[in-house]
Amino acid sequence: MSQKSEDLEKKDDSASGRRKFLKLGILTAGLTIAGGGLQKVLSDEKDPEPKESGTKIKVMTPDGKLVEVDSTHIKEHDHCGASRDESRQGIPGKKYVMVIDLSRCKNALKCQKSCQKHHFLPEQDKWLKVYKMQDNEEASPYWMPKPCLHCDKPPCVKVCPVDATFKRSDGLVLIDNERCIGCRFCMAACPYSTRTFNWDEPKQPDNRACNEYSPETSNPRKKGTVEKCDFCPDMLKLGKLPHCVTACPNGVYYFGDANEDSVCNGDETVRFRQLLKDKAGYRYMEALGTEPSVYYLPASNRLFPFKDAEPEGEEKHS
Amino acid sequence: MKEIIKPVNEQEAIEMLHRYNEDLLPQKFGMAGKLWVTILCLVIAIGLYNYFWQLKLGLTVTGLSDTVSWGIYISNFVFFVAVSLVGSLITAILNLLNVSWRAPITRISEIIAVSGIMFAGLIIIVDMGRPDRILNMFLHGRIQSPIVWDVIVVMTYMTISLLFLIFPLLPGIAFCRDRMTNIPKWQHKMYKILSFGWTNKKAQYEIVVKAIKILSVLIIPVALSIHTVTSWLFATTYRPGWDSTNFGAYFVAGAFMVGAAAVIAGMFIIRKFYNRYDEYITDKHFDRMGRMLVLLSFVYLYFTVNEYFIPGYKMKGDEGEHLKELFVGHYAPMFWMVQIFGMIIPILVLLFPKGRKPVPIFIMAVFVIIGAWFKRYLIVIPTMLHPFLPLQQIPEASKHYSATFAEWSITGASLAGALLVITLFIRYFPIISIWELAEERGVPHDTIYEHLNEKE
Repeated sequence: MSQKSEDLEKKDDSASGRRKFLKLGILTAGLTIAGGGLQKVLSDEKDPEPKESGTKIKVMTPDGKLVEVDSTHIKEHDHCGASRDESRQGIPGKKYVMVIDLSRCKNALKCQKSCQKHHFLPEQDKWLKVYKMQDNEEASPYWMPKPCLHCDKPPCVKVCPVDATFKRSDGLVLIDNERCIGCRFCMAACPYSTRTFNWDEPKQPDNRACNEYSPETSNPRKKGTVEKCDFCPDMLKLGKLPHCVTACPNGVYYFGDANEDSVCNGDETVRFRQLLKDKAGYRYMEALGTEPSVYYLPASNRLFPFKDAEPEGEEKHS
Repeated sequence: MKEIIKPVNEQEAIEMLHRYNEDLLPQKFGMAGKLWVTILCLVIAIGLYNYFWQLKLGLTVTGLSDTVSWGIYISNFVFFVAVSLVGSLITAILNLLNVSWRAPITRISEIIAVSGIMFAGLIIIVDMGRPDRILNMFLHGRIQSPIVWDVIVVMTYMTISLLFLIFPLLPGIAFCRDRMTNIPKWQHKMYKILSFGWTNKKAQYEIVVKAIKILSVLIIPVALSIHTVTSWLFATTYRPGWDSTNFGAYFVAGAFMVGAAAVIAGMFIIRKFYNRYDEYITDKHFDRMGRMLVLLSFVYLYFTVNEYFIPGYKMKGDEGEHLKELFVGHYAPMFWMVQIFGMIIPILVLLFPKGRKPVPIFIMAVFVIIGAWFKRYLIVIPTMLHPFLPLQQIPEASKHYSATFAEWSITGASLAGALLVITLFIRYFPIISIWELAEERGVPHDTIYEHLNEKE
């Protein structure tokens, strides 16, 4: 009997011992977290300096200066676009615009090929289309390249129920494909047939430079979500032109910054407003009030005679 | 068929109540009923199987494309919202106007409303590319999107409709709980839970009557807004055929019309398959509903003329091309069939008293319902095929739209599901509200409270 009660006591003891130990553990853990937090505050939220290796490497800064830095400070440039949150911020001070000179286009489709390649798009999904247009029966037909117009009053952004498509401070309209619910209201709202949808699981190559999704690269593409031309923000960030602009052999596309008042088609850089003034620039369907960032120069004094391609679809007067 | 006779004394009133109690309990289904339920379940099973594949493979199992990105899932959604509007029409408006023949048909209209709005909510999820992200609607919802408005009003309407169904039903459920003895245990338990402790006290009735009054007022603006907001999903875009200020009123008028037709069809079927119900759902009810349907059809005709005649007069650019396609083009056969069978013929038939007899009015109601479904097809699809820019540089398949079998079967399953909910409701709950009927036929309130639940 006494043996039993002793046993019970022991059990009780060990149980309370366990409790004590647990309490101590929680206290220690709490203190560690608090201490860590305090340390972080005290150290002004700076990571501790890595030890210098002593090996110096020469690098060029964006403004062209050659500087020497320690090798430990060098991180390989991340080709992936910015994170989903960062992608919502535009590049500061910029207001991107495009001017498409219809008098230079001969439907070479190099722009489209380059776009398809760099965004890993299959044949049926075209973010950039070149339309055969004819304004009326008497007018002569012409080719009209049409990317996303990145409207300043975008109807697609207005109707999105979850803020998956958004307008940035630099004028770009992008899509967060990890938030999109696939309701396709934006496709119905866009008057320019710009948006495409991933009806099934997109087939995409494995050899991409980056496998992490970013709204700035629109890749990897996501099933059941909407996508469209994004003006290549990953290129813009590096100070480069979008792929369609650099691929065009005829200098159809001018791209640039309205704040700087300059646009460049790869060959020449000109004043944006002067170009519109000189060549009577206009915006497609101005009457809708969507205020596109893409301007067109009329198809007059053409560089090439209009040569019909095999019919891609029924003709329609716009 | 017996005439409605008002009770002269207490004894007669009690006898009347007892007769209602005997007649209006839910009845067991015969062969036809069982076969009907089996067919509905089969259709639902096929739809669910196809939806499983849609979830797995994506919306590629549908006939949708980047051109026609909204198809029959959306037109079916609009149809469901339209049908569900009827609950407010029959129950609330007739209640507020104190119309003297409403009692036997209010519950039919309410269950059609509840099941319609439930399946509207379900079918819109089926249309989503990423149903797994549905919570984003609440986590990141943006109030400037008409979809968010629609979610808000549809959920509000669903709640009010459910309350509107349940409050007057409580005495009925309690009645089933106390009176139906040889039923399976689960059924008894269901009645016990759903009657919420109803004991036929006067105070309880007073609360219910008050609640119904409040809900009758509340539900009307919400009901109008569900279909108005649904029309705005289209009217807030620039597209030819949708860019119309007439759309809200046009949609609401059409919804009232198809809803009234749905109630007529329901009345006819219940009366046909349940014994002794022709004493309660009488020829007079068909006549009155027929008149109402004619009136609503004229209202709809008025808005239809506004919707098509004025743009048709101008034939403005893209709008004109869209209209040509409807009037004389590819969609002309469907367009004119819908106008003639879904509106003109029903108006002509129902204008005459002979046309408002149960059988012809039932046939006209079915015409109106089928016409209404295809009408919504015509609102959604032809417009999607006419964007501002020409259909170029897209795959051949994106230049047309025809729904695939998967799409039809999932849509069919949603329709079958709504019918199954209505059917099972009729099987297990009193489809005519006994106490409201007694009240309408002049049985004094106190007699109802005292004698509603007793056996003869």
